[in-house]
Formats: sequence, structure tokens, C-alpha cells
Amino acid sequence: MSDAASPFDLSSEAQPETAGGARRMVLNMGPQHPSTHGVLRVLIELEGETITKAAPDIGYLHTGIEKQCEALTWHQAVTLTDRVDYLANLSNNLGYALAVEKLLRLEIPPKAQWMRVLLAELTRINSHLVWLGTSAMDLGAMTVFFYCFRERENLLKIFEMFSGQRMMTSYIRPGGLALEPPRGWDKAVRDFIGGFPEKVDEYEALLSKNPIFLNRTRGVGYLSLDELMEYGVTGPLLRAAGLAWDIRKAEPYSSYEKFEFDIPTRPEGDVYARYQVRVEEMRQSARIVNQALDGMPEGPYQADAPHAVLPEREKMKTEMEALIYHFKLVYEGYRTPPGEAYQVIESPRGELGYYVVSDGSAKPCRVYMRTPSFGTLQALAPMFEGRLIADAIACMGSLDFVLGDVDR
Amino acid sequence: MPPDTRNATPAVAAIEERLPGAIEEVSYALGETTLWIAKEQIVPVCRFLKEQGFIRLSGLTAVDRFPAKERFEVVYLLHSVSANLRLRLKCRLGEPFEIDSVTGVWKSANWYEREVFDLFGIVFPGHPDLRRIMMPENWQGHPLRKDYPVHGHKYDYKDE
Repeated sequence: MSDAASPFDLSSEAQPETAGGARRMVLNMGPQHPSTHGVLRVLIELEGETITKAAPDIGYLHTGIEKQCEALTWHQAVTLTDRVDYLANLSNNLGYALAVEKLLRLEIPPKAQWMRVLLAELTRINSHLVWLGTSAMDLGAMTVFFYCFRERENLLKIFEMFSGQRMMTSYIRPGGLALEPPRGWDKAVRDFIGGFPEKVDEYEALLSKNPIFLNRTRGVGYLSLDELMEYGVTGPLLRAAGLAWDIRKAEPYSSYEKFEFDIPTRPEGDVYARYQVRVEEMRQSARIVNQALDGMPEGPYQADAPHAVLPEREKMKTEMEALIYHFKLVYEGYRTPPGEAYQVIESPRGELGYYVVSDGSAKPCRVYMRTPSFGTLQALAPMFEGRLIADAIACMGSLDFVLGDVDR
Repeated sequence: MPPDTRNATPAVAAIEERLPGAIEEVSYALGETTLWIAKEQIVPVCRFLKEQGFIRLSGLTAVDRFPAKERFEVVYLLHSVSANLRLRLKCRLGEPFEIDSVTGVWKSANWYEREVFDLFGIVFPGHPDLRRIMMPENWQGHPLRKDYPVHGHKYDYKDE
């Protein structure tokens, strides 16, 4: 994270004139460059307009979240998972909750599972909307940005309705959900999702046949499927290179096996294919949300496990056991049996894994987050090298990384 | 409960045949398979498993078991897309905290190992570019070690 780490020789003697008289130039892109959407610094060596070498420099947002988890109880650490990938908070909550529940061997009631699926899919739409708006804006399409954020605002209002928070929800917790879903939630979600496919048509009308957008994205940023896998890339980027691999189908969790949806794939592997895959994913997510709305089971929203799940507020006023459990859980937390578990889910950005290790105490021994953006960013340099600098912006947008997710 | 993957790991028998003595211990828990690998054998085992279809290194990390003598466990989370299988390799590490790099097997190990080097202080001989990745270059200590306090040692940067 300092110039001592620079892989380039920055002295002027090291930058001789090439045959055409052009000087080789080293450019410092970021850490505050608008197209990096966060604090990413990329050192770029240019020959004319062509990038000959690129080196991303990360760590500006490193806040030691994995270390902090070890200082909190299992229950408290949920709040930190919100802050990892701040555009897909509920996906992170879900990954962590599933991993801890695996350790605790908890059975989650169907209503909580379905509600988790519904919220995870709304989160996917939310995240893809931010991606679509910002990456299109990088290529000069301002209107798409306003359209996407119009819908995102409604989604954030729904999240606020559920959890009281627009972004840092902490709504999915080990054991179920934090609260009973609020009155009228189904109408709010139905109103949003009913009109959503038309909104996606609007975005597509602005972009899919737009000649400027097509010229900027078609055939740009290609990496072969093998290369992408080798660098640790997952999720929509692999599907845009032809691999029909989705963890929701391959290793279903939280009753995803009960939902019908397709895995969109494209064979091209360029920026435009990634755009097509993500837009189709939004439509598929809407399909899943509709199924969840129609088939939402009745029942409790939390597991019946008083040793690990906070009791309901009402019970604490009438039952002594509930009061005792509440005190114990808040005061010292619950103990998990010693062991370890690795749980992966399909986050909007790809494979999100939580590897949790317990030594039998009430605090985690280790929480490792296999974040999709960290792997994805490794493909940045090979994607940049040999391409024009203007294409770099399109590539960076299409990778859809979140720096909080990279640096943790 | 998740399904038992005991029968789903023909890789274990294959390793034992090809690289005898490489597996120290096999454990199955919560539907997940963990192989404890002898530290010296990690690169050949990984190379062999990649040939067997584990083309993805999902993640690589470490666990600090301070104050145990062999304090570090290096964890490799492998994934085979074609067989839809996951496998966990682990190596125990005492002083010196060194284990051969698997960057030659999976390119994605490059940043994963840099992260473990940065935060745990484990050295990976054979890594092409082993520098700190999260913390500043002049940082002292390795934050994810258990004997490193949560609030850090100091707040001053050395050469500023």
C-alpha cells in the first residue's frame, strides 16, 4: 500500500522513448478515481493509449473485520457481516447465519427459510441495480443511473420496513430472523416486484441496442473461462463466459431447491455478455420473489432453540425462563460446540463463503470470509493488459467488485 | 443435517495410492471432509487433486491455535465444479512458520497467500511476489495472530 511496494521503476531513465517517439508513461489511477467505486488504486503503465502493465493496490478499506469478529460473541458478529459487502448486506447476513447454524446444528423453520430467500433475491436486485447504474454511468449513460436508483430507493424502503435500517440490516441472524416481518410487508414487496419487470425493460430499451454502449462493451474485456477460474473469479462473470454454475442450484441452501428459476449464461465472455447475464438475473430474481410471495409458509420466524435464540419480547414479560435465557444470551452469548464449518452461498457477486471455527467458547475462534470481490479483483490486471485505457473503465465496471468486500 | 460425503471422496484413496504417507488424518464432520496433509507434501497433493478435478481453490486461510506449539493451521478450501464436491486440506505449522506456495498450482493462490502472509506472518517459499496486501508496507506485526491485541499496538507510522 505504499510506493515502496511499487512494481514499477518510476525514474525517468526507466521510461525510454519507444520507436514511434512515444514515451512510456506510468499512470496512477485512484485511489479516488470515480470509476473504481471505492478506494482502489491501480498503477498503469501505458504505451500510447495501450496498457502494458497494471498492478492493483488494495487495502485502503481494510478494517480488520475478521479480527473484530473474534472479539465479539457469535451473535454480535452479525452486525459486522453487514459491513463487508455493503451493497449485499442480507446476503452476507445469510452466509454467516447458515455457517453458525451448521455449527449449532439448528433446524430453521420454513417461514424463516423462505423469507431469507425472498430477502436474498431482493438484495441481488438491489446490488445489480447499483452495478447497472454506475457501470453504465462510467460509459456515459447518465439516465440509466437515475432509473436504477429510483428502483433502488424503493428497495431500501422495503429493507427499512423489515429491519429499521436501509443498509446495515442485520436482519438475518443465526436462528432465524431478527424480528417478525412487519405488517403489510407482503403488499410492499408485491407492489415493487409487480412493476419491476417493466422497469427492467426500460433499462434494456436504453442500453441493449444503444450503438455507443454496444461499441464500448462488445468484444471488450474478454478472458477465457479457464483463465477466469484460475484467477478465482466466480458468479455472473463465469456465467457470462459460458459456465452454468450457480451455487443456488449446485449446492442449494435455505430451501432454494423448492424454487424454479433459470441460470442465464452467455458464451461470449465480454463486457456485454456480463451485462446481459446480470440483467437476466434480475428478472429471474423477480421470479423467485413472486414464488416466495405466493407460497410463503405460516409458522414461527425463529428456530425453537432457547439456548441460542433470543426470546420474544412478550414472553420475557410473562415467563421467567425467557427472562433468564435473555439475560444469559445477552450477557455471555451462546456457546457453540467445537468444530468448523464452511458454508458457501451465491451472493450477487459470486461465491461467498464463511469458514467459521469454534473452540467451544461463546466467541468465534476464527471467521474467514471468502469474499467474491477479492478473487474477482485478481483478474483485473490480466484483463487490463494489452487493452486501451478507455476499455479499462468498461472492464472495471463489468467486474462489479465492492472494495469493502475486497479489503474487509 | 447435511448429507454425509464420506462416500463422495474417492480422492482420499487416490492420494493414498499415489502419495503414500501424505495424508496424516481424515475427518468427516457436519457433512464436510477434512484431510490433514503432511506439510512437505502440500504442493504435490494439491497438484494431484487439481488433476482429479479440483480446479478451483475457493479460499486459503489460516487458524491460530496459540499457545499450542504447532500454532498455525493452514487451510485450503478446494472445489470441484464438475463433481460438485468440496474438500478441505489442512496443515499444522510450527516454527519456522513456512509452507511451500501453491501459486504454481492455482494462480488465485497469489493474493490468498499474500493475505495470510500479511495477517498471520506465515511465509510461503516459492511465491512470486510475497508482499503485504492489506496492511501498509511498514506495518509491524501480524494482526490476525491471537497474541496481537484487537486494538493494535501502536498508531504511529514509522517513516512519516
